[in-house]
Amino acid sequence: MGNLNLKINGDHHPVDAPDHWTLLEVLRYRLDLTGSKQGCDKGDCGACTVLVDGKPELACLLLAGASEGREITTIEGLMPAHRAAGGTGADPVQDAFDRAGALQCGFCQPGMMLSTRALLNEEERPSRERIREALSGNLCRCTGYTQIIQAVELAIHETCGEPVEHPAWAPDQAPWGDAVSTVPGRKGTGSSDTTQGEQA
Amino acid sequence: MAARDQHGPGAPWPEEGAPELAATNRSSAEGFRAVGQSMRKLEGLDKATGAAVYADDIKLPGMLHAKTLRSPHCHARIVRIDASKALALSGVHAVITGADLPTKYGVIPWTQDEHALALDKVRFIGDEVAAVAAIDEDTANAALKLIEVEYELLGAWLDPAESRQNQLTDERPAIHEGHKHGNISKRVELEFGDVEAAFEAADVVLENDFYFHSSTHAAIEPHCAVARESADGLLTLWSSTQITHYVQREVSRVLGVPQSRLRVIQPNLGGAFGGKSDPFSLEFVVCKLAQLTGRPVKMLWTREEVFYAHRGRHAMNMRYKSGVTKDGKLTGVSADILIDGGSYSSFGLVTTYYSGQLLTGPYDFPAYRFDSTRVFTNKPPCGPKRGHGSVQPRFAFEVQLDELSEAIGMDPIDLRRVNDVGEHTETVNGQRVTSNGFAACLDAVEEQSAWKERRGKLPAGHGLGVAGSMYISGTNYPIYPNDMPQAGIQLKVDRSGLVTAFTGGNDIGQGSSSVVRTVICEELGVDSADVRVVAADTDLCPVDLGAYSSRVTFMVGNATIDACRNLRKLICRGVAEEWGIDPSRVFLGRGEVFDTENRGNPKRNITTRRAFEIAEARCDTLGSTGSYNTPKLGGDYRGGSIGASPAYSFTAHVVEVLVDERTGMITVPNVWVAHDCGRALNPMLVAGQMEGSAYMGIVEALFEDHKVNRFGLHAGPSLLDYPLATSVDCPDLHALIVESIDPEGPYGAKEAGEGPLHPALPALSNAIFDAVGIRLRKLPFTPGKVLAALDEKRAREAASAEEAPSC
Repeated sequence: MGNLNLKINGDHHPVDAPDHWTLLEVLRYRLDLTGSKQGCDKGDCGACTVLVDGKPELACLLLAGASEGREITTIEGLMPAHRAAGGTGADPVQDAFDRAGALQCGFCQPGMMLSTRALLNEEERPSRERIREALSGNLCRCTGYTQIIQAVELAIHETCGEPVEHPAWAPDQAPWGDAVSTVPGRKGTGSSDTTQGEQA
Repeated sequence: MAARDQHGPGAPWPEEGAPELAATNRSSAEGFRAVGQSMRKLEGLDKATGAAVYADDIKLPGMLHAKTLRSPHCHARIVRIDASKALALSGVHAVITGADLPTKYGVIPWTQDEHALALDKVRFIGDEVAAVAAIDEDTANAALKLIEVEYELLGAWLDPAESRQNQLTDERPAIHEGHKHGNISKRVELEFGDVEAAFEAADVVLENDFYFHSSTHAAIEPHCAVARESADGLLTLWSSTQITHYVQREVSRVLGVPQSRLRVIQPNLGGAFGGKSDPFSLEFVVCKLAQLTGRPVKMLWTREEVFYAHRGRHAMNMRYKSGVTKDGKLTGVSADILIDGGSYSSFGLVTTYYSGQLLTGPYDFPAYRFDSTRVFTNKPPCGPKRGHGSVQPRFAFEVQLDELSEAIGMDPIDLRRVNDVGEHTETVNGQRVTSNGFAACLDAVEEQSAWKERRGKLPAGHGLGVAGSMYISGTNYPIYPNDMPQAGIQLKVDRSGLVTAFTGGNDIGQGSSSVVRTVICEELGVDSADVRVVAADTDLCPVDLGAYSSRVTFMVGNATIDACRNLRKLICRGVAEEWGIDPSRVFLGRGEVFDTENRGNPKRNITTRRAFEIAEARCDTLGSTGSYNTPKLGGDYRGGSIGASPAYSFTAHVVEVLVDERTGMITVPNVWVAHDCGRALNPMLVAGQMEGSAYMGIVEALFEDHKVNRFGLHAGPSLLDYPLATSVDCPDLHALIVESIDPEGPYGAKEAGEGPLHPALPALSNAIFDAVGIRLRKLPFTPGKVLAALDEKRAREAASAEEAPSC
């Protein structure tokens, strides 16, 4: 038995780790949940963002011991949760990030997608300004954030039908990448029944 | 040797007999099915779900953790190192110092001046001195504190102007003692045409000083390397590198291990931007420690260490002099550039050439001279950052162009149009220009930004600025001289319908493996799901020189086309034999294989997979290779091939700016980026490169400054002290793709990863002038500088008002 008992992605994990270890160290180096990334190890970059009781938190600033008794969700938890709810493919946020080109090097994106997931759990149709604000704790060095914001708007569109502005590289008449994800309670693929002007 | 002109920019099949496609863009209108489609990235969903493995995600049984002891002094001799106490610490398995890796290395063979660990002296704060392998990081860190190092302090060279003067003493010797030019790392002087006569012929000549500060890559993934040695001496190195091949060469040389016994693998890479294109200390160190301990060893640098490793943008002091006639024609350009190289050479030889050689487009001027000097200073070493060596001169020159247009009363976009070098021509320094979409780029940003309606007419504090640029799509200079291909690729196909490509190309997030997939889908008619790409593993993949100089799409893309065409021949031959027809009648592409002269025959209309089966039966196991090398390029003079590219990309930006005259704060609401990428093989990826480039340029102008204090200590080696833009700071970026269809690019494609950065900074400066009438020639554009320039402007206006005769 370990000195810690953590609940991660719905599972209880007894873990042995030094007292000074952060949640990020335990996730990455004890539990092999390496989807949470370390970019700075001091709370500046946001790559290690996980959800703690549904809220985005920096796993590099949270002592592992302080996260006992709380529900922790890492990037590895999104697809299984989506499948458990009857969906196919990955979480629509993950799918949209891929389809919108938000994943260049991909290193900051686990944190970015979890911040997005937390935002969309809280608000169904956040404005662009609200999206920018919610993602402002996650640094990305590749994209200039444009395709990330487009990805979030695509995910919103596909989960609640909010109209979405197509980027110039994805003209209205062309499918904006076929979705691999279906959402429980919705028919067909994520894009075919909701995206206006798509799918001949 | 396969050069691109073997294949031409078109589709692989004859147009007659090809099925019609619903056109959604230019490429599909031309009959392409995969080219021009915004396909997902090959590894995108793995990255989205956290499954993608990066270097620090690797964990091997029995793995040790290594840490580096770094110098606290910026210039000192190492008198003595005693590691005995560290070695005695429980859990420590090995300690190494410079004496264990005494061979010098460096990415450029002629300027190798680095040691994996300092041998005799240290040259910047953060220089690597010793390394420890221990059972965990905590133990390794504890051991570092037990290593005793005695230093003899030397005088520091922190001012590049002093380094250029090169007044060496015993107390302040050269940074590289024994270097034949003292602290001068490299000097290049070149002159083309008669510059003095050109200035005589001009109606307006301007001469100004410019300063470009240093900035760093700040990829979110810190450098990491893992090594393992087998009992029979086979070394495997996993490293966060963008140049697997050069790392293999250098580690092999320094460790004395034959290249055939050193396997270098690049896992998924968390950003690079040029910051992972040198061999780094940690790669040598983990290999050595793995050899000594017989256990796998990992080293992960902290963010602070990444700032010391740097290799970022060189600070440059630049004096530009340019002449123009009253109708806007440039007559000549002269540049004197002092480049602060930091403590080692890195790519500095190339940087020095690039600082002059890449300015000769997109504008035509008949006379040009430059004198560039790179010097050593006791600072973190500079190297190639996105737009290597040419972003700084481009900033200076494009601001000067704006001033020239103001002086002659011409619209700045029109001035750029008047001087457009055009297509299929040669620049003043002998660079061959083929396709050129610069004019279309200018048109696009002019229209989209509503330039004509708004520029010069916006309220005070609100402005628009323009700038242009040209960049290389790889270069014919292969770093170490050789006649072998710059890019090689291998394909394997079998009856399953799967095509596997093996490429040495480094996918650093820019999507090079996805480009390979797009080409294969187009050439062999397979679906994207039926293509795998194995990349950047020196045991498995043919050599590719790496992800630098924006060479990958052009060179790896062409090599892939070459390999596919070889494979198509086999498959078409097998199918033709089966049907008893001539191979030229077999159409293979877009998921179909049929007899072009008997399309109605269902027996001669088969799937691609069936065609693979037939070919495997008739032609044996299927595979092919392909390669690319540049044609001979460049001017006939020393250094004439550096910067000579098989194709140049072109960019224009319009930046919109808001300047708060009370606080000096600058905000950038919009940037329009038009970029001629030849052809967008995957528009989503091209747009991503354009947006990411524009962001990086704007942010380095406004926020970033990689500087050291008077002791040579980095001013703030963290992502808080060295601020990057967040999602709330970033402008709205509008990517406007321009396609000029290059005659030698893969289907006409050119680079998109670095060129689109260049105009961001000068266009921003020019927009600030439009907004508030101040010329900012010295980066970065801090609020303090804006306020000082505004004060100066008011004082100047007041003085001239006093001088003016009263009426």
